[in-house]
Amino acid sequence: MDFPGGKVPFTEDLAWLGPGFTPRPTIPCYRALDSQGAPLPGTSLPHDIDQALATRMYETMISLQAVDTIFYEAQRQGRFSFYMTSTGEESTAVASAAALNPDDVVFTQYREQGVLMWRGYTPLDMANQCYGNALDSGKGRQMPVHYGSKALNFHTISSPLATQLPQAVGAAYALKLEGKAAVAACYFGEGAASEGDFHAALNFSATLSAPVVFICRNNGWAISTPASEQYRGDGIAGRGPSYGVPSLRVDGGDAVAVYNAVAEARRVALERRGPVLLEAMSYRSGHHSTSDDSSRYRAAEEMAAWRARDPVARFERWMAVRGWWDEARGVGARKAARREAIAALAAAAKQPRPPLSEMFSDVYDEPPPHLVAQRAEVEAFVRAHPETLPAGMPLE
Amino acid sequence: MYFSKVMSGCVDLRGPRAGAPPASYDPLPPIWTHPDPQSVTRAGPGPLNRASTRTAAAKKELMMWESLREALDEEMERDPTVCLMGEDVGHYGGSYKVSYGLHKKYGDMRLLDTPICENGFMGMGVGAAMTGLRPIVEGMNMGFLLLAFNQISNNCGMLHYTSGGQFKVPMVIRGPGGVGRQLGAEHSQRLESYFQSIPGVQLVAVSTAKNAKALLKAAIRSDNPIIFFEHVLLYNVKGEVEGPEYTQCLERAEIVREGTDVSIFCYSRMRYVVMQAVKQLEKEGYNPEVVDLISLKPFDMQTISRSVKKTRRAIIVEECMKTGGIGASLSAVIHESLFNDLDHEVVRLSSQDVPTAYAYELEAATIVQPEKVVAAVHRVVGAPAGVAYA
Repeated sequence: MDFPGGKVPFTEDLAWLGPGFTPRPTIPCYRALDSQGAPLPGTSLPHDIDQALATRMYETMISLQAVDTIFYEAQRQGRFSFYMTSTGEESTAVASAAALNPDDVVFTQYREQGVLMWRGYTPLDMANQCYGNALDSGKGRQMPVHYGSKALNFHTISSPLATQLPQAVGAAYALKLEGKAAVAACYFGEGAASEGDFHAALNFSATLSAPVVFICRNNGWAISTPASEQYRGDGIAGRGPSYGVPSLRVDGGDAVAVYNAVAEARRVALERRGPVLLEAMSYRSGHHSTSDDSSRYRAAEEMAAWRARDPVARFERWMAVRGWWDEARGVGARKAARREAIAALAAAAKQPRPPLSEMFSDVYDEPPPHLVAQRAEVEAFVRAHPETLPAGMPLE
Repeated sequence: MYFSKVMSGCVDLRGPRAGAPPASYDPLPPIWTHPDPQSVTRAGPGPLNRASTRTAAAKKELMMWESLREALDEEMERDPTVCLMGEDVGHYGGSYKVSYGLHKKYGDMRLLDTPICENGFMGMGVGAAMTGLRPIVEGMNMGFLLLAFNQISNNCGMLHYTSGGQFKVPMVIRGPGGVGRQLGAEHSQRLESYFQSIPGVQLVAVSTAKNAKALLKAAIRSDNPIIFFEHVLLYNVKGEVEGPEYTQCLERAEIVREGTDVSIFCYSRMRYVVMQAVKQLEKEGYNPEVVDLISLKPFDMQTISRSVKKTRRAIIVEECMKTGGIGASLSAVIHESLFNDLDHEVVRLSSQDVPTAYAYELEAATIVQPEKVVAAVHRVVGAPAGVAYA
């Protein structure tokens, strides 16, 4: 007897499956490097990383770390209102981005600036966005770190959590309809995976067969909420098979493993024209944002232990084994990255703000009469009271 | 008793020159007849053999669900990026038959049946729109789109702006709203009240078979996100429709009846309630101007102010509740911009601030009835010119 809800085997046992009864095995975590960065023997590595690729990944991660450090300090000095670092997750972002194609459409949450930097967004572009100046590709409309670049196939970040997941499904559906050999890659945190949109998106991607590579950054903390209070099941990877989505857990701090996992994920998603789910396990070494002080809820020992497993240091050791890295190169790279980040801030600070007239553009394709009237009202007021127009902001 | 007056009549919407409708056909089912709730909530209001009632004559007459369907068909044929997603829109043809049969023609990928999650498929529509498609997202009932509010306001409405103009969202969000026939509070909502503040979206309300088709075509072709309000009780309204190239301006109101005494602003089903009242008013010697707003955001201030300047009196008739409805916004705008052109404060006829009850009489009492419109005109205009008011 087949039910419309599924062809199921029968049993005469009344037995529960799950925690406290017959447990399901915890999904193991794929890795290629140990916690110090020494390569592990017998690792399955379907995708090779040559020196050029490794060097580019390394330099991007170094640049990312410099930008994160310097821009965080800049916010503390009051130069812009807000910043979020991705400390501890550099490899998750950069190594995954390296495994994607430029045609793949990327949706992110807010801690994946490494993906954007891999694709070519410079520290200067980032500084312009954080300052919200006239050179920002977002025209000063979004808060800091909410980057977006159509040219780089990176969707503008929107603050509400997990809204990007169903959108990624829609984008993948569009790519499929248009016959493109590309995937939608969608990043989110383990906290965002509690939102309804996560469940909708996983379910939709499977039922509608959309080629999405879902990449969850499980960094253990959602502001002050530890993962142990975020879910009771087997993390995020544990949910995938229940939705009909093939899933893999990977060490997010292991750039070699992440690269291989994402490259495989992309291949599988395209081959099967369907979704896959990756859960990258890592640690949020920094605070949630500049509005947070995580020492209020986290032990100093825990934070120190994880800093010792810095993903960039692990990758350095892996490169060193191959003779592609030494101390001097590391020091030189970091100095150059620091200089670039500082110069970017200085240059961005000098740019004017977007003009006041830009407040009304792009709400629609063309401003309708009521916005034209509102704009005229604002401009008339400012002309009558020029002292109300902030310094550095032109009228138009 | 005011119910019995309207119960006796069946409103013929096609005007004096039209022939009698087929015996089994009721063009505007008034809410005070006894409905079959099943037919309205799930299978659509009418039987499926409507195609046979279409005349072979030059001017084509369709019911609104057919005219919407025709718009969809024409636009999907014209532009391969147009697609429809929602619950039961594919094989089933839509709960109100708006996509009936299109699945056979365009297939699974362009008529996409989704699992039940409004925020999920709304987000999917936003993502698809930003990736080169022109999706139409159907809410089975506008009220269910409250679940999609996050995607509609934060993303659909805002992403063009927050991305600095890099990403556009050419979507149409459509579905039936308004008060039906004893469908209960959750199925009788006026979402235009809640959506009107969202920056970046346009709101359009259709009322005839002709404007429904013409406006849906325009909405699909527009690069802006359009929230497109149909009404549960208007799907069987019959009317002439235009050909495949005819579209209507999304931002323009329709003058339903030219007049001089008073400007009555309405939209969607209230257009018919007002025109019912107009029959009585004409007998009494009044000459009202009736304007169907069509564009709820932005308001067509050109047409609205021209009308108010002519009549110097304005009445707004809406299904929205008194607090925060479309009428509340329109009343404020008229008072602010046309204060010296008014001889009377703007009168707003709205539903009360109560959930719409299921019980027949309670539901009827919560909606503006033609008698209320007549009384409001008496109050605002006073005695009609040249006729003694009894």
